[in-house]
Amino acid sequence: MKALVAMSGGVNSSVAAALMIEQGYDVIGVTLKQWEGPNGLMPVAGCCTLSDAEDARRVAAQLDIPYYVLDYVEEFTEAVVKPFAEGYQRGLTPNPCIECNRKVRFTALLERTEALGCDVLVTGHHARVEEHDGVWKLRKAVDGTKDQSYVLHMLDQAGLSKVRLPVGEMTKTVVRERAAELGLRTASKPDSQDICFVTSGDYRDFLADMVPGMEGGGDVLDLDGAVVGHHEGTVGFTIGQRKGLGVSVGEPRYVVDIEVEDQTITIGRYEDLLTDGCVVSEMSFTNEPISNGEHVEVKVRYRSEPVGAVAVLEGDLWRFTFDEPQARPAPGQTLVMYDGDYVLGGGVIVA
Amino acid sequence: MNPDEIYLDHAATTPMRPAAIAALEESFGVMYGNAAGQHGAARRAKNALEEAREQAAELIGADRPHDIVFTSGGTESDNLAVMGAAMASNRRSVVVSSIEHKAVLESAASLTRSGYSVRIASCDRNGVIHPDAVAQLVEGDTAVVSVMSANNETGSIQPVAEIVERVRSLDHTIPIHTDAAQYFVGKSLDIAEFGVDLLSLSGHKFGGPTGVGMLYVSSTTQIESVLVGGNQEAGRRPGTSNVAGIVAMVAAMSEVVRNRQRFSETAGAERDVFERSLLESDPTIAVTAGGVDRLAHFSHVHIPGVLAETLLIRLDAVGVFAATGSACQSGALEASHVLTAMGMPGDVAQECVRFTFGWDTSPGTGAAAADQVIETVRALR
Repeated sequence: MKALVAMSGGVNSSVAAALMIEQGYDVIGVTLKQWEGPNGLMPVAGCCTLSDAEDARRVAAQLDIPYYVLDYVEEFTEAVVKPFAEGYQRGLTPNPCIECNRKVRFTALLERTEALGCDVLVTGHHARVEEHDGVWKLRKAVDGTKDQSYVLHMLDQAGLSKVRLPVGEMTKTVVRERAAELGLRTASKPDSQDICFVTSGDYRDFLADMVPGMEGGGDVLDLDGAVVGHHEGTVGFTIGQRKGLGVSVGEPRYVVDIEVEDQTITIGRYEDLLTDGCVVSEMSFTNEPISNGEHVEVKVRYRSEPVGAVAVLEGDLWRFTFDEPQARPAPGQTLVMYDGDYVLGGGVIVA
Repeated sequence: MNPDEIYLDHAATTPMRPAAIAALEESFGVMYGNAAGQHGAARRAKNALEEAREQAAELIGADRPHDIVFTSGGTESDNLAVMGAAMASNRRSVVVSSIEHKAVLESAASLTRSGYSVRIASCDRNGVIHPDAVAQLVEGDTAVVSVMSANNETGSIQPVAEIVERVRSLDHTIPIHTDAAQYFVGKSLDIAEFGVDLLSLSGHKFGGPTGVGMLYVSSTTQIESVLVGGNQEAGRRPGTSNVAGIVAMVAAMSEVVRNRQRFSETAGAERDVFERSLLESDPTIAVTAGGVDRLAHFSHVHIPGVLAETLLIRLDAVGVFAATGSACQSGALEASHVLTAMGMPGDVAQECVRFTFGWDTSPGTGAAAADQVIETVRALR
């Protein structure tokens, strides 16, 4: 059996490669070149940089496995970066990592896995893939604090049957310990936090570069429509944002609405942010679709606890009504459905 | 070399020839003197250096040993030729071809930052630069012309002598450079026949060590040094001489010239067997620049429906080492400017692979490699 390991140059995927070798697989390591500057070179700052690729290459050499850098710049630009910029232009808060998983890693790279003669695609994500009586399931990681099942919700049966996530079976501490035992150079490398193609560290600067003239600017309004401040462009804002509003009224205020056309931001109190539910498009399911009217647990943010909601099919869309009102999720973000530890599926919040 | 491996990436770099290894071993340790010094150890080094220079001049038919400038390799030679000749001239434009190595193209591009203009001669669909295409770009302001002798991706041979003749007929004072890094491996080379003023060679392409190369500079050609900080190489290339590397490179050069006939017979024959087998097994496979004069050890092929990136990894797994001829610094493949210049659509270019045979290619290699390629291509379709 052969395994293709997507190596980012971080500790998780380094250990994932080592674990697959231990499980008896022939392993090939690859890094995806996803982004390049105008000079055609890999970025040198941020995540997924040239030095990350070099770390991956050195780990692969240490593990004595072949290693390659694959060119996915075109796919990534079309499927992730452009929609990211366009989404912000439309007042959305896109999640590029999920789009990358959906449209590059677990599609294009999964197809490539087979072409490269490999049986499974392995990543360093913290989540678990399990088979129960012929049904493949996506489960939260053993290490709840590192769980990444949310960003993998788009995996279906075909995908899950070919994806292996060996580090999801261990805590992050154990992953680092294993890396240290194996003498891997990435053992104490810090986790990456940034969006990989935003090399400046601030996505607002990136968007300004990507879409000249989108800075704009306009009024900050209260719920009565009164002008209470000024902002430098809707692009810098997301629904639910509390910091950096440039308005002081003595108690916390949150962004409750963004109107791109008028370039206005409306702010309100936390109570004004509460909503009964949300509408989701591009729904996918890890196995069978849920039933119309089914009660499920949902996460509308990566780092929040699941809450109960009833899902009702409305045409192509699903409307979720929360058991209790929730802070309004930002359109463009992702809703993921859970049954306890197991992921049922998810989609993109549109309203 | 590992007997299970078939190395078909000789155009990227080729194993060192035994004569070069012997020369290196002999020189290292003995040639520790700085060739610029004033004592016995320095004289030993200096003598070895100048002997190598004389030999190199003779091997390419240069008039005088002084015409040879030793450098750190092909890239530096190309930089020195294009930038050095342009900077030594009071003219402010350069003419290069569209299929040049990046070392030439980016030298030209960097000159634009100093106010030079660059004109780029296009090639035909076979990757050949026609003399007219160059001649029509030559103007009164042209400081240097650079057209390679043979392309490093397709192996297509360029009509350098004709280009020189055409340019000379327009203006006999313009220095003309050719990058012969690949050409010299496969074809006998005589400066007088080419008629060029500047010619680059790279040691490791023909069995010398990496990190050493040379630039031929005719006695009538002025170049300005690109590096600064010393008077070595008659002020044209400062830096302590890499004597052992130079001696080894020239030893390899000598082998190249002596074994020229055998090279084209063995490497060329294996290349021919390889291509014939591929085409017989799959008539949709097309040899790039197949209809024009090519270097005998080059095989650049388009395999429809198979992504080069995937094929190369699959071939690597069975011990066949090939390339596309264009990769970025991370190792990822990138769109080839040469194939683009030839008018090849991007999706076709992504399905092209380069196999290059070499001086140590053994009989049977072509057939064995073809079998592996055919089998892998079948598995991928």
